[in-house]
Amino acid sequence: MRSMPSLVLSRRKVLAGTGALVMSFASAPSLLLRATEGQGSPPLPGSLKQSPYLDSWIRIAADGRITVLTGKVELGQGVKTALLQIAAEELDVPLETITLVTADTGQTANEGFTAGSRSMHDSGTAIQNAAAQVRALLLDQASQQLGVTVDQLRTEAGAVIAPDGTRRSYGELVGAEMLHVEAQPRSVLKDPKGFKVIGKPIPRIDIPAKVTGGTAYVHDLRLPGLLHARVVRPPSYGARLVEVNAAAVEKMPGVVKVVRDGNFLAVVAEREFLAIKAMRALAASARWQETAKLPKQDDFASLLLRLPAQDSVIFEEHGAPAAAGKKLEASFTRAYQMHASIGPACAVAKLEDGTLTVWTHTQGVYPDRAAIAQMLHLPPERVRCIHMEGAGCYGHNGADDAAADAALIARALPGRPVRVQWMREQEHAWEPYGPAMVGKARAALDANGRVANWEYEVWSNTHSTRPGGAGSLLAARDFGEAFAEPAPKPLPLPDGGGDRNAIPLYKFPNARVVHHFIPTMPVRVSALRALGAYVNVFSIETFMDELAQAAGVDPVEFRLQYLEDARARDVISVAAERFGWTSAKALPRGRGRGFGFSRYKNYAAYCAVAMEVEVARESGRVRPIRAVAAVDSGQVINPDGLVNQVEGAIIQSMSWTLYERVSFDERRITSIDWSTYPIMRFDAVPESIDVHVIDRPGQRFLGSGECGQGPAAAALGNAIANAIGQRLRDLPLSRDRIKAAMPV
Amino acid sequence: MTKLTVNGREHDISSAPDTPLLYVLRDELVLNGAKFGCGLGQCGACTVVVDGTAVLSCVTPLLLVAGKSVTTVEGLGTAHEPGPMQRAFMQEQAAQCGYCIPGMMMCAHALLQNNPRATDAEIRTALQPNLCRCGTHMRILRAVRRAAETMRTAQAPASARGAVP
Repeated sequence: MRSMPSLVLSRRKVLAGTGALVMSFASAPSLLLRATEGQGSPPLPGSLKQSPYLDSWIRIAADGRITVLTGKVELGQGVKTALLQIAAEELDVPLETITLVTADTGQTANEGFTAGSRSMHDSGTAIQNAAAQVRALLLDQASQQLGVTVDQLRTEAGAVIAPDGTRRSYGELVGAEMLHVEAQPRSVLKDPKGFKVIGKPIPRIDIPAKVTGGTAYVHDLRLPGLLHARVVRPPSYGARLVEVNAAAVEKMPGVVKVVRDGNFLAVVAEREFLAIKAMRALAASARWQETAKLPKQDDFASLLLRLPAQDSVIFEEHGAPAAAGKKLEASFTRAYQMHASIGPACAVAKLEDGTLTVWTHTQGVYPDRAAIAQMLHLPPERVRCIHMEGAGCYGHNGADDAAADAALIARALPGRPVRVQWMREQEHAWEPYGPAMVGKARAALDANGRVANWEYEVWSNTHSTRPGGAGSLLAARDFGEAFAEPAPKPLPLPDGGGDRNAIPLYKFPNARVVHHFIPTMPVRVSALRALGAYVNVFSIETFMDELAQAAGVDPVEFRLQYLEDARARDVISVAAERFGWTSAKALPRGRGRGFGFSRYKNYAAYCAVAMEVEVARESGRVRPIRAVAAVDSGQVINPDGLVNQVEGAIIQSMSWTLYERVSFDERRITSIDWSTYPIMRFDAVPESIDVHVIDRPGQRFLGSGECGQGPAAAALGNAIANAIGQRLRDLPLSRDRIKAAMPV
Repeated sequence: MTKLTVNGREHDISSAPDTPLLYVLRDELVLNGAKFGCGLGQCGACTVVVDGTAVLSCVTPLLLVAGKSVTTVEGLGTAHEPGPMQRAFMQEQAAQCGYCIPGMMMCAHALLQNNPRATDAEIRTALQPNLCRCGTHMRILRAVRRAAETMRTAQAPASARGAVP
């Protein structure tokens, strides 16, 4: 096993034994390397770019205790376990001996948001390289101490071992500032063939507490002297609080305080249920002036097409002129859909000695801190945001808003920790939804039934109103100073927002893709898992089926005709084969099969899904029977974790696709609980879901948390069309729509 | 004071009689297992077992369970010594965010106590009131089936298992 063969080590050898090693080394090596390699040196891997010091990621105490730090957060996607696997592998230490610290502005690197399936790419890559470089430094130190060349040494279970069996533990080898050095652009990583931890289905470290009632969520954080708060949210967007009888509520038993600041209204009590009762009394006594004017619910598509838009051509390909042939076109819509977390948003905050600490299930502790600090006019270093898990969020839900609520209330009660949890109707009505969208596709086939021309346009709001400034937070908009909502911006490609995955991976001789970004937001929106990819992949992939049908080609074969990327072809072939795909064999009446594929963001994980469904003719009810998926997310870290993510994405996408639509009247959101916003229950869950992982040892980590959403929706849409012989293009593909489309 | 037995221990509860059982468990008895999901009895995250029956604790006032015996997920075992239901969920890795899972486990626990040979269809029907948003359903079903098998094996007489004395 070789150690880092860079100039750093020779520099280090020169310095070794001078006694001044530690401090000199701390600043010297990367400068040296840069001076040598000049402008041509490659960028640091993953999040090391933003936080280059090795000890921002890995610390080793003199007693050998190892701490790994990440700026990413556990959302139930298993990221903690995956990151520990990477660290344990490259450090050569048992996984269970490592302490992992997740996002905390007081301790960890700033890795922005845990979103966009980027954790393995950003943090996983940083930790892998940092760990490899830390191990190299330890090897080199051992080489100095033992007088043995590095290539004769090996590492095992947290120690360096010499050929004669002499052991030096990492704790013995590490110097006080040894790891406070900048990372190098290149690391000598382990050969994937020798992996002992990466690629293994290690059980998730967070599950035992979750199934035994341990402290697993911010909801369970009980600090001494904890108070419970509830917020009274306005009845509709922008409503003004005209009057409220705070005095009467403050006299209720157990009530500590009513906090009113402009249109922000909350109550604090000694016990949780007393806070809820007081919240209800407060809400009953509040009078609001409502001004919201929401669009007609069924009219959103034409509204989106009418609203002013910033248009950009995001892809253009001009090849051979299109020959005359069959022309097809189709329009797609998606209603507003919600994250609908099972646990309403929660946060705990405490103001003490001028410093505010907020425990939050935000996806971004640093952006959240910036927004809260701005809201309260505190310098950012006076606000500390510590992540603790919440219920699954699937994007930007009420988490940041609840953190702001807790911060604002805690400011009014210095010295006392305050816990806020939203009520179900608050979560449903106030979370920022996945934006409504419209897509239009046109294509022409040539005389041979090949696609000669492809055009796709998508209309959408932004897919992120995350903090941002204070104005991103509901509390900051409501309270006295009323921070204005920041102007929305489109998210740049290659990630994209409304245009995420709007560019097909298929190669057509002529193609054009246009993104119409709509700044006006009639309904509060933000990032929902997969962003625009869900709608764009549904549109592209169901339109591909229409084209395949027009060309008289099997849909799987049709897709392969336009794909050059071997890994894309592989996931399609594996999913088709494991499913037993054949369009030759007819299914029983009422049954249909469908296929869907995408490479998430055109640069992350590849995923293909095949599905079989049954449609009841009388009711229009769809029952997914079985789904088979294949996924390639590069080097697999935890295959079972990956399978779990893709299974979940398929079921969640089925729920969105079959049932989900936010409802509202001219003033208020009316989807305020699980009866007005139903999601999938056990009776509709398929008989089986099989996910096949294609491992790519040594290839870079590709994000996979959101890769299944689009392909699953497309496979479902295509299967329904196959079952009923009619195309539905408006999401959700609800029972009433299917019934209406069903041929008599 | 209201008498209540929780996970085998008797308590004198000071919460008012109209307090939903959920807040008695979480707030007064400091138990994390039962979760607030909706407060409306629509999602099952708060499910606990009362005298052998799955109950939605968010809509069950203390008054109605006075003197009864409540089991929460904490009563099924610990992280170090998990009971068969907990072990099955760990073995199947049947959780993503896990927020709904204790409710699922308690619902399944009540089912299997009353019907140790529950079929797949019966398991699905029993879990119908419980929502999972992460889409962990397939694993939850597998975990409940596994727990049922373990519990049946444990309960079966030694001779039926072919054990040698």
